[in-house]
Parts: sequence; C-alpha cells; structure tokens
Amino acid sequence: MSVFLAKRFLTFVATLLGASIVVFLVLEILPGDPSMTLLGADADEEAYAALRLKLGLDDPAFVRYFEWMWGMFHGDFGVSYAYSVPVMELVWGSLGLTVPLAMFAMAITVVVALGLGVFAASRHNKPGDYVIMTISQLGIAVPNFWFGILLILFFAVNLGWFKAGGFIQWEDGIWLALKSLFLPAIALATVQAAILARTTRSAVLETFREDYVRTARAKGLTRSQTLWRHVLRNALIPVITVMGLQFANLLAGTIVIESVFSLPGLGKLVFQAIANRDMPVVKDIVLLLAGMVIVVNFIVDVTYAVIDPRLKVHDV
Amino acid sequence: MALLEVKNLDVTLATSRGPARAVRNLSFDLDRGQTLGIVGESGCGKSMTALALLGLLPENGVTTGSINLDGQDLLTLNEDAMCGVRGNRISMIFQEPMTSLNPLHTIGRQVTEPMLIHQGMTRDQARDEAVRLLERVGIASAAQRLDSFPHQLSGGQRQRVMIAMALSCKPDVLIADEPTTALDVTIQGQILDLIADIVAEAGMALILISHDLGVIAETVDRVLVMYGGAGVETGPTASLFEHLAHPYTQGLFAAVPKLGSGGRRGQGARLATIPGLVPELVDLPTGCTFADRCNIADGQCAGTVPTVHDVAEDAGHRVACLKPDDAKRQFAPAEAGR
Repeated sequence: MSVFLAKRFLTFVATLLGASIVVFLVLEILPGDPSMTLLGADADEEAYAALRLKLGLDDPAFVRYFEWMWGMFHGDFGVSYAYSVPVMELVWGSLGLTVPLAMFAMAITVVVALGLGVFAASRHNKPGDYVIMTISQLGIAVPNFWFGILLILFFAVNLGWFKAGGFIQWEDGIWLALKSLFLPAIALATVQAAILARTTRSAVLETFREDYVRTARAKGLTRSQTLWRHVLRNALIPVITVMGLQFANLLAGTIVIESVFSLPGLGKLVFQAIANRDMPVVKDIVLLLAGMVIVVNFIVDVTYAVIDPRLKVHDV
Repeated sequence: MALLEVKNLDVTLATSRGPARAVRNLSFDLDRGQTLGIVGESGCGKSMTALALLGLLPENGVTTGSINLDGQDLLTLNEDAMCGVRGNRISMIFQEPMTSLNPLHTIGRQVTEPMLIHQGMTRDQARDEAVRLLERVGIASAAQRLDSFPHQLSGGQRQRVMIAMALSCKPDVLIADEPTTALDVTIQGQILDLIADIVAEAGMALILISHDLGVIAETVDRVLVMYGGAGVETGPTASLFEHLAHPYTQGLFAAVPKLGSGGRRGQGARLATIPGLVPELVDLPTGCTFADRCNIADGQCAGTVPTVHDVAEDAGHRVACLKPDDAKRQFAPAEAGR
C-alpha cells in the first residue's frame, strides 16, 4: 500500500512538473507585455523599463521558470502584478466559491444523469427512452454560457426567484450561499448531466446483455431486482470513468460561468488575470487546477478498486 | 400426465430480414427421473427451446404452442408467476461458466440468492444450505469459498458453483445448455458425472443440450435431434444410435471422427461432412428444413412438412422424414461395411 502511494505521489509530482512547463511556455508565447497592461499605453519608455526590471521580466525565460518553481517549493506563490497581494491570498478567497460550485454541479450531474440514464435504459426503445434521449441531445448541444443567460432571464428577471448574479458569502447563511450558487450550478451541470445520462443508459443496456444477467433472470429475479442487484454496480465502472473526466470539464466551465453570473471565484480570477497579463496568478491557478484534476483521477482509480474485486488497489 | 409436456412449440424471432422461426412445431414429454438430450448444430434452436421453457426469450421472440409443467401451461403465466417458476421449479446451467457468474458478487451471495427469493430462508439458513450444496458439487473448503469472488475460481469450479446454484431450490426440471463445452476435456467427464448423479439422486428431470454426441450417448436416456428449429428424430438413446433413421442424424454421426474404426484406411481418410452450410433461419424451406442439404431429398421435400414415422414403435423411436425407406437403405450399407 505504501509503495502504491509512493508511486502515485511520484506520478503526481511528475505530472505537475510537466504541467508547469507547458503553462510557462504557453504564457511565454502569449503576446502582450504585463508592464504595458499595468501602466497603460501612454506611459514613457523609462517607466516601462523600470517596471520590467522590478518584475524581473527581462531575465531569461529559464531563470524566471526556476525562480517560480523555487518559490513554490518554499511556499512562496508569488505576488499578483495587478493587485500587489500574494497570489495565495487571492486563490484562497476564491476557492471557497469555486470548489463548492463545482461539487454542487457535480452532485446535480450525478443525481440527474443516473436517474435519467437508468430510467431510459429500463424503457429501452419505448417513448420514455426517446424523450430522455432527445432532451439529452439538446442538453449536449446547448452552450453553457448561453443556457446560463437564459436561466438568469427566466428565473431571476421574469420570476424573481433568484438573484441575477453575485455570491452571498457563507458567513451570511449556508442556504443563501447555496441559493446564489444554484443557477450557476444548473448551467454548469446541464451539458455534463446530458453526457453522463447517455453514458449511463448505454452502460446499463450493455450490462443487461451480459451472461450473468441472464443467470440472474434464470434464478427467478424480476427485471427490476436484476437491475438493482446485478446490473447497476457493474454498469458503474464506465460511468465513473466519464465522471472523472467531467470534473475537469466542470472546473474549466467555471471560468465562463463565473463571468456570466459575476461570481468572484477562481474562474473569474483567472479570466481577469489573463486579461491583465497577471502572470503569477495565471500560472499558479492553472497549476492548481491541474493538481485538482490529478487528485480526482486518483480518487476515480481507487473507486474502481472498491467496486470491482478483480482489481486490487495496487493494480490501478 | 408427464411432468413436462411441450406441444407444438413455435418460437418466432422478429428480425430485420423478416420473421425467423427459431423453433417449429416441437413436441416432447419428460417425466421425473427421465433424461432427455437435445442434439444439433449451432443455430438449430436448442438454446432457444431452453430459453422458451424459462420464458427468457429475447424481446423480439414470440412463443406459441404449450409448455405444461404439472398440467399448468407456462405460456399463460404472467411475468411475476414465471419468476416464481424460474430457478425454483425449472433451473438452468449455462454454457459459459466464465461469464455466467456476476464478477462483483461473492460466491455465497450468488448461491444463496435463489433460496432467499423462492424459499423465504433467512440469510444464515441459506448460507448453511449453500455450504452443503457446494460440498455436494465437490468444492473443497466450501465454507471459505462462500466469500470468494468468481475470478478466484477455475472454470471447472465455477461450473460446479453454477450447478449448486441451479440445484439450490430442488427444481423439478434441470436444463443444462452445453454445460461442458467451455471446459477442459479432463474436467468435462467429472462435471457430466456430477450432473447425472445429482439428477438421479434427486429424481429430477434433465434436459441436456449438446452438440457433442459422445456427451449425449453417455448421459441421457432419450435423444431429440433438432435441425433448423424442428425435431427431426427422437428416440431412446440406444435405439437412435443403432438405427440413425434421419439423413441428418446419419450425417451428424458420420462427421464424428472415429479412432481406428476405419482400420488403416481411417488414418488418411477425410472426415465426412454434411454438404452445404446451415441455412439462415429466415431462409429455411417451409417443408422439411433439411431438404436443401439432404442427399435423398426430391422436389416435394422442401415444400411438404415431413410426416412422422415410427422406427421402433415400442421404444417410441420416431423420425420426421418424407422418405424414411430411402434413408434406411442409405444407412444399411454403411452398417454392413463396418
């Protein structure tokens, strides 16, 4: 077990290192000079030069990369160019919104998708199945920012049930905070739930064709007993694989959705940081997102081993 | 009244190429303690017959005729009532022990399941009974095995578990569909002996489905030969093996490799085969299903449903053929040449 964890940890570090190089290179290629963004286009050459010197922008690329890495290794995540506060402070503030938002959206996705997927499979080639498949096709086709705007128009502007945007802090009441995350979570979850419902449906249908399902029926189990006792757990394996991939998509989706709903989260932060060429913030957040995705993948791998006795944790 | 009476059973599958008659006009009887073997090539309707008996045909299948179990027609029962029959009064052992057990459930959970649904046992009672059953089918250290998963067992052991599961509610009829086909040759005999012993011990009726004539000859009292969904010949094993009254049965036997039976000639000689391919079910002739490949068939065979003739009346050996005398003549010289 400890060998397994050590191996996984090394993989974790190696992946993060690879991600850091990619992030750094991409930001190097990105046009736009932070000093110009910070001072505006009208400042004189000397002011630019002074700022570039202060931020170390004239150092060679590998020096800046190693300074970044070295700093992180010592727990120093850099200072934001735009706000002049430590990046850590900015990130901590916004994680409290984005992580709950992603988990909320994931929860909606799982509940809706498993329910609809299993229902559609149990009504295979009947009207219920067709209706759900059509709706899910629509759900996949709808861009989430546009759907978010529709939700605001309908539920916030017309019906007035929710606020059109903004986040009510957790300190002001958990329910109020959750309520302010509800529409964004729905907007994020729609596409993912539609995809996952289709995956669930086909996994359940596939499993129904297995020999051991026929055995279960030959023992005298009814169709629904067979579904609950023999089919579902076997069908979960492909579903969980897709769920793991979707978590990464959800995190990426927050960048757009937090802007649509003006939520001060990680997505909004990184979006503005890119616009401001606030490199330390962008680099750290992208790396953090990469780390979160790797952790989720690890959880998925462990879940496989829990569900399927044929896999031992150390095989994963 | 026999325990199981199948009369004029027809199974039609709706396919994209039109209706396929997977089983046509099949009738047979089976009593407690009797064993029936169903032989034929793949696609001849053997497995469809078994699934029809359990009411587990694919969704595109329609069954007509009657299947009487103790005088009750199973085809008139609703789904709930059929669930009470499956695994309780009629049990089935499948061909593929590697895939027929749920990989995520323990052996104990799978063996106890029928007893929990049908016999209202408590978990502990069912567990004790499962240990006894596993011991009976020859699984060593049965109590520990209850907590094993299927992937920890060999193919032979898994088939033993399948047998234990099928027996758990002491069914009246046991259907074994190619129970040894997927197993090593060395294990096949053991499993067949086990099935035969258990059936004799409990006095249940056995339907053994196989394409292997050796398996059939060793295990059952009566044989039903199927081709293209129809029963072409039926009779007591000894009489059937002696007379081979149907041209298809003759072809089936000629296609079995025999060690040394042909003397020196046997070694280099080619194996006899039945000319042609098994036709698709949607393309079968309306009359005798074997007419396309039969060497004695004439113009009328394909269009006329074959009449049933007695081969050995007292033994109940019957053949469905329009030209039984020609078939007999064809078989006799072969016998003289042995």
